[in-house]
Amino acid sequence: MLRQHSYWQLFSAVCKKDVQLAFRQRAEIVNPILFFLIVITLFPLAIGPEPGLLARMAPGIIWVAALLSTMLGLDKLFRDDFNDGSLEQLIASSYPLPLTVLGKVVAHWLITGLPLVLMTPLFALLLNLDSQALVATVLTLLLGTPLLSFIGAIGAGLTVGLQKGGILMSLLVLPLYIPVLIFATSAIDTSTMSLDYSGQLAILGAMLVIAIISAPIAISSALKVSVS
Amino acid sequence: MWKWLHPYAKADRAYQLCNTLLPYFAVITVVCMLVGWVWGLAYAPADYQQKDSYRIIFIHVPSAILSMGAYSSMAIAAVIALVWQLRNAELAVIAIAPVGACVTAIALITGAAWGKPMWGAWWVWDARLTSELILLFLYLGVLSLYHAFEDKKAAGRAASILAIVGVINLPIIHFSVEWWNTLHQGATITKFDTKAIDSSMFWPLMVNIVAFAGFVGTVTLMRLKNEILQREKHRPWVRQLLNRG
Amino acid sequence: MLHIKSVTCIKQDRCLFADLNFRLKSGQIMQLAGPNGAGKTSLLRIIAGFSAPDEGQVMWQGESIAKNYDEFARELLFIGHKTGVNNQLSAIENLRFWLQIQGYDTDQELYSLLAKIGLVGLEDVPVRTLSAGQQRRVALIRLWLNDAKLWVLDEPFTALDKAGVAFLQQRFLTHLEQGGAILLTTHQDLTTHFAHLQTVTLEYRH
Repeated sequence: MLRQHSYWQLFSAVCKKDVQLAFRQRAEIVNPILFFLIVITLFPLAIGPEPGLLARMAPGIIWVAALLSTMLGLDKLFRDDFNDGSLEQLIASSYPLPLTVLGKVVAHWLITGLPLVLMTPLFALLLNLDSQALVATVLTLLLGTPLLSFIGAIGAGLTVGLQKGGILMSLLVLPLYIPVLIFATSAIDTSTMSLDYSGQLAILGAMLVIAIISAPIAISSALKVSVS
Repeated sequence: MWKWLHPYAKADRAYQLCNTLLPYFAVITVVCMLVGWVWGLAYAPADYQQKDSYRIIFIHVPSAILSMGAYSSMAIAAVIALVWQLRNAELAVIAIAPVGACVTAIALITGAAWGKPMWGAWWVWDARLTSELILLFLYLGVLSLYHAFEDKKAAGRAASILAIVGVINLPIIHFSVEWWNTLHQGATITKFDTKAIDSSMFWPLMVNIVAFAGFVGTVTLMRLKNEILQREKHRPWVRQLLNRG
Repeated sequence: MLHIKSVTCIKQDRCLFADLNFRLKSGQIMQLAGPNGAGKTSLLRIIAGFSAPDEGQVMWQGESIAKNYDEFARELLFIGHKTGVNNQLSAIENLRFWLQIQGYDTDQELYSLLAKIGLVGLEDVPVRTLSAGQQRRVALIRLWLNDAKLWVLDEPFTALDKAGVAFLQQRFLTHLEQGGAILLTTHQDLTTHFAHLQTVTLEYRH
């Protein structure tokens, strides 16, 4: 019985399994996007369709909708693995758990974050954003949505063992999302004024690096608590 | 660190430590609070711009400082709980959390009350107030997570993890809110001008800060004693204690 | 190999067991017995390292498992109530995934193994369409696919038919002959004769 220790094998196996499962039940991929689209449709109906006003509010609308739609998938992130015992197998594997967790979070981003990034041109059209702001929106979503996945996974890990963890998780996670929201929307805002917004992007990037390094450790210890 | 902590890993020793410390904290609290309030509210001179309404800083500022202070001490207790696996530190986390949440609420309410005469509105999205509000959310998150778990051992560890995550995020949140505020409002009135406050107001303020710190310490110790007794209620030493009266 | 050292477990203010001591040596099988709620599963989960004992230690090869968990995890095979089989995936996919996360080579004769355990023709359908006994078999195939020394099995015979139970016990025998150790809970009596069978009974405590 050969044992090869390849961290890449573990990472890709964990990541592939989740993506594969998501593609089997397409609703998991489609629903957050539909949700995002519907939330965005509600705003013009609520505040009026005036193009100038919409363009002014677009960064906020897009980002609040992004926060909410990533929350949808988060509850499921560890729930199935917890219920069927796979989580125990992952903990009792000889690989370090943070690496496994990294694979799962990346999969979550591929399922919920990346489609949002790809759909941005459509949203920009609906909210009357010009091309400069469109580029900024894509860039902030590209840097910001993985951050949402990492931070959110901490909340998901802490609440996965609870019967009604869903709402509690949003309470834990949303306050932690505030810096992402502030810097991302401000980057888009700045871009509409044709100013340089690389500073905000740099801060988002720095936060992402911190999250990639530290969040998996926090998530692993959260999962160990939930399984015990 | 471990050598120093080790004796208090045992619940009964920790309980005794609480008992020894409690009177000191209580005395400091009562004395400083009496002195500070009388001095601050009656004797300190009125502000030349804000008249007497500024006197709320003798409550607002100490509670705002302590709301952050309590969160940091909670996070330190959480680190000790997770790194050295000390159950008593977990209990300390959960003993501090509601106290900190209350102090934060006091800071918010007094801040809003102060805002009314100053800005003409109960709530203004001032950077400090907004940070304070988010801090309250973080406290409430720790508390509701703790109470959502049936198994209190798991609850303590989960709350500790969240407290640590929160304390790492707190400076980032604080910085981002501060930055957001200057971005959107330009130079609005900040409550403190950078010029040093007069020593006739500074010293009563200091006394009040010490009083609040003492108060938080006292209530936390009382809660900690309770938590220890509750968790250890089946142990012989608790039974002995109860039998003694 | 495995040494349970004065382990105590308290759940919801109820002491399940206190100051429990036993050793499990290479080649030995141990059956945990006791009524429902006596703490069998809790003990297994403590031994597998998922939860920490309230007092005492679990030692593996003379070292506390809490200290060097990754090392211990390499020697451990745990199959619990929740079997760790994803019911959206097929049997083959489940096994491949499990081999990957345990760091084993995936080019193994999975199909012939599945045939041996009686799952011919069911290799590629989602596990949720299989019967309870068949699902249990999918989980138990791991027993043929590992080189772990210590097996910790929580009610492995649940939902298995008689032939399955006998087949499983044959596998236990070869594992013990190769110097492994098994710790299991079961309400059924073991039908095969094991030379080194120990029984630990946990009483229900109020």
